[in-house]
Amino acid sequence: MLDILKETWSWWFSGAIITGIMFLLLFFGQSFGFSSNLRTICSAAGCGKSVKFFDFNWKSQIWNLVFLIGAILGGFIAHQFLSSDEAINISSNTVADLAKLGFSAPQSVQPAELFSLEAAFTIKGFLILAFGGLLVGFGSRYAGGCTSGHAISGLSDLQFPSLIAVVGFFIGGLIMTFLIIPLLF
Amino acid sequence: MLGTLFGIVMAKSEALSWYRIQEMFRFQAFHMYGIIGTAVTLGVIGVALIKKYNIRDFHGNPIKFHPKEKSIVRYLLGGIIFGLGWALSGACPGPMVVNIGYGFFTMIIVFLFALLGTYVYGYFKDKLPH
Repeated sequence: MLDILKETWSWWFSGAIITGIMFLLLFFGQSFGFSSNLRTICSAAGCGKSVKFFDFNWKSQIWNLVFLIGAILGGFIAHQFLSSDEAINISSNTVADLAKLGFSAPQSVQPAELFSLEAAFTIKGFLILAFGGLLVGFGSRYAGGCTSGHAISGLSDLQFPSLIAVVGFFIGGLIMTFLIIPLLF
Repeated sequence: MLGTLFGIVMAKSEALSWYRIQEMFRFQAFHMYGIIGTAVTLGVIGVALIKKYNIRDFHGNPIKFHPKEKSIVRYLLGGIIFGLGWALSGACPGPMVVNIGYGFFTMIIVFLFALLGTYVYGYFKDKLPH
C-alpha cells in the first residue's frame, strides 16, 4: 500500500483529490483559493495602514493561513515519508528541449540550475527567482486569483472571468516558455 | 489537515515541479492537463449538484458561490502576468510553499517576492485598468 503512495500519483487520482479538497473547504464554509493568502500576509504585516487594499479584517482569513501551514507540512511529509527519491519522469521531448537550453537531465523534481543554493546566489539566478515570484504575486492579485481560485474553483462554477484568466495564464506561460526562457538560458 | 493533504497531493502528483510546468506549456505530456481536467470535470458536476439540491454546509448555511466581477482587461492582463511568472518560476502560490516544505528553500525567495508583487499590486490598484 505504502509503495503505491510512494510512486508518482496518477493524474486522475490527484485531480480527484484536489476536487475533494475544494468541496470539503466549501462544506466547511470556506473556499479554495490559495493566492488570497498573499494579501492576507501583507495585511497581517501591517500594510493596511498605508495601502487601502490591505485594510481588511485579515483575521477572518486565518483558516486559509492554517491551510498554507498545512501545505508546507504536506510538502515535508511527502518528501520525508512518501518519496521514492527517483528523478522525475517527464517527457523525453521536454528533456531534449531543455537540454538545448543547457538544462541537464532531471536528477530530482526540480532543476538544480534554478533552485540549488549555488544557482540562487548568482545574480542571474536570484533575479530569475525574484522576477518569477514578483510576476506571480502581482498577476494573481490583478487577475483576482491563481490556479486554484480560477482554474479549479472558478471553472467548476462555469465562471466566464475565470476562463479569461486561464486563457491569460496560458498566453503568459507560452510567451515565457517559447520567447523569453530561450533568451535567458 | 486539508492543507496537509493539498501539500502531499501537489508533491506526489509532481505539480510542484518546474519540469512538469515546462512539459505542460510545451504540450508534451497529458499529465498536468489530466490533473486539472479531472479536478474541473468533477468540480463542475459537484457544483451543479450543490446548486440543484441547495446543499448546505457544515454550519447549516447554504453554500454560496461568489460570481467574479465582470471585466475582461483585469483577468486577461493579470492572467498573462501570472502566466509569465508561472512558467518562469514553475510555481503558483500553493506549490511555492509546498516546495519550501519539500526542502527547496530557495523557493522562499520566490515566495517573498510574490508577497512583494501582491503589495505592489495593492499599491497601484487604483491606477490600473480593471
